[in-house]
Amino acid sequence: MSQSGQERKRIRIALAGQPNVGKSTVFNLLTGLNQHVGNWPGKTVEQKTGICHWQDWTFDVVDLPGTYSLSANSPEELIAREYIIKERPDVVVAIVDAAALERNLYLVSELLPLPVPIVIGLNMVDVAEQQGLKVEPHVLEAALGVPVVPMIATKGQGVTELLARIQDIVCNGANYTPNVPDIRTDHKEILDRIEALVADHVPPEYPQTWVALKILEGDKQLTEMMRTRLPQEAWDEIYRIIKQHEDACVAVASGRYAWIGRMVRAAVVKPKAGQISLTDRLDRWATHPLWGLFILIGILALTFWLTYTIASPVTQLLEAYVVHNLANLATTELASAPAWLTSLVVDGIIGGVGTVLTFFPILLIFFAMLGILEDIGYMARGAYVMDRFMHMIGLHGKSFLPLFLGFGCNVPAVLGSRVIESERGRLLTILLAPLVPCTARMAVVAFLAPVFFTAPTLVSWGLLTINLIVLALLGVLLHKFVLKGEHIAFIMELPLYHLPNWRTIALTVWQRLLSFLTKAGTIILIASVVIWALSTLPHGDIETSLLAAFGRLLEPVGQLMGLDWHMIVALLSGFVAKENAVATLGVLFATEGNGAGLAAILPTILTPAAALAFLVVEMLFIPCIATLSAIRQETNSWRWTLFSVLLLFLVSLAGGLLTYQIARLLGG
Amino acid sequence: MNNIYPLSELKTGETALIQELCGGYSFRSRLAALGFTPGAEIKMVQNLGHGPLIVSLRDTRIALGRGEAQKILIRLEKEPLCHSQVKSENASA
Repeated sequence: MSQSGQERKRIRIALAGQPNVGKSTVFNLLTGLNQHVGNWPGKTVEQKTGICHWQDWTFDVVDLPGTYSLSANSPEELIAREYIIKERPDVVVAIVDAAALERNLYLVSELLPLPVPIVIGLNMVDVAEQQGLKVEPHVLEAALGVPVVPMIATKGQGVTELLARIQDIVCNGANYTPNVPDIRTDHKEILDRIEALVADHVPPEYPQTWVALKILEGDKQLTEMMRTRLPQEAWDEIYRIIKQHEDACVAVASGRYAWIGRMVRAAVVKPKAGQISLTDRLDRWATHPLWGLFILIGILALTFWLTYTIASPVTQLLEAYVVHNLANLATTELASAPAWLTSLVVDGIIGGVGTVLTFFPILLIFFAMLGILEDIGYMARGAYVMDRFMHMIGLHGKSFLPLFLGFGCNVPAVLGSRVIESERGRLLTILLAPLVPCTARMAVVAFLAPVFFTAPTLVSWGLLTINLIVLALLGVLLHKFVLKGEHIAFIMELPLYHLPNWRTIALTVWQRLLSFLTKAGTIILIASVVIWALSTLPHGDIETSLLAAFGRLLEPVGQLMGLDWHMIVALLSGFVAKENAVATLGVLFATEGNGAGLAAILPTILTPAAALAFLVVEMLFIPCIATLSAIRQETNSWRWTLFSVLLLFLVSLAGGLLTYQIARLLGG
Repeated sequence: MNNIYPLSELKTGETALIQELCGGYSFRSRLAALGFTPGAEIKMVQNLGHGPLIVSLRDTRIALGRGEAQKILIRLEKEPLCHSQVKSENASA
């Protein structure tokens, strides 16, 4: 808060708008770096808040989730309307896309009956002009009775006027006379009857007429709320009315669109049909069943190429210079300190910081890629192309890109799930992401498979296939039994393509990196120290450590798949980072660092069947700390994080047992 | 009323009017909010005969699954010749 905070007058505004209308661009324009990204309380829905100074006013800006309407069909819609009704911002700014005005005004028609004044930001007037559409803001303003400010958010145009109109409403509210949609004609009598029945029982913060209309529409949340508040007879009558008018939701929506039609008739001049737009031309390729797939593969290939040519070398440089030098510095500085302290600082703390640091280059590239694809409008096309495949496992096409990124690293896969609009789809994607084998796990396989098997490549591909099969099966099961609900209908807007807005992309990437650093980074650091303590205490070496004791405790379970405690400790140490499994085995079997000694010892203590079981478990095991921290950050819930740990623990155990027993039967 | 078809039968490039929405409450409610209301004009942008399809409605392109499109009934304003074939297939099914 600024020092002059007490003198400055504050206005609370909420930004509302449908998806793909440039709402985040407006938000970024208003708040710049003065923004905070978190979650809505108890939800996995992203909440952005920020502050904007203009003249002697301070605007507290809340970015509501992008929604097409204010029904109760999704957590996002509920969040948006509950916020407006319960928190009562001073003004709701509705950002609408001038190029698709009718559909965009639908949300406005739902906002107008709510007890908060509205200012409309008529965004993308340049895009509308390119499409040949002419929108007259003044005519629209006269028809709707609310301020309409033409904007081109990507060029920063219209913001000052928007703020001035907001300030004007707050200071001279009396002049605000909105034209609230009248959609009563068809259902006038029924609506009046419902309103009379609920009249004295609606909580004071809710507008009566709105509640009556929503009940007629079949709104589940408000109907449930009124059921508990109404006397039995009144409820029975309302219940009868709803049952008789089950199709009212479509009729009411039609009423709103009819009203919108009357509002825009004078304000919009449409072009002659038959123009072929840029979007039409690009979509001929991007949504083509064959070329579309090639384009998607090309984009993915480019992403991974960038990761390997830029991110990996940078990661190695960070490790070699920053982490290594930090460790050296600490060792020198702590030369006179007890050995355990040096070990704590070097292996525990600096090791943890190193883990967080090394994620940065790869996250930067993945987030930038996701950000660009999202911003230019390609994401929806990629989802369209992949949808038929993803649907088989209960996922939306939009889950494909984040999951695919998981092959590089599971962390961006989990964090990237933000591009999925529905909360349930996002949760399902997050829970499945750890099953995508990341490069670290493939590295362990690449080291161990040749030690035991004559056809290591075949084994590697087999393991990868097992993971993907488990992912698909688990997807179906979770979809059916855990994240139950109606079949998620595939309905998705394909926004118009436009040039990337670098400012918006950079801010998004920065926000995502920052929230990873502050939230997941903290957990990684703590967990890294805890794991260090477990593997060092009480005598300073891993063979006699608590971790080893724990491994011995689990040995009976391990023996069911032919694994002794060394192998279990190796698996557990992979919790810090999956590739640690090999290094731990090296320490446990006290071999030289080059790995050759380990390769000679392992076959003498492990049968091929047990080795295969070990690899299956390693591939399916509990996610590493970084991934778990990301899961905790994105789900905003320890319950789901714990659920993920238990689920994967059981799945990997079952996988290992099954593999060992089958391999032995087949004579392994 | 014999010129009513599911949206999934509309061919690429053809235009029709929405007649009726079938299916569950939240499905109809979502579609209606997006502008799929009776009487609205809808154009098929891409229908490959299988898999999801793309339509254009109220200046918006929307991708939707084939299953979803089967629950949206449309009305052809004029009956073009090419549809007699589709109709006879429907009748025999």
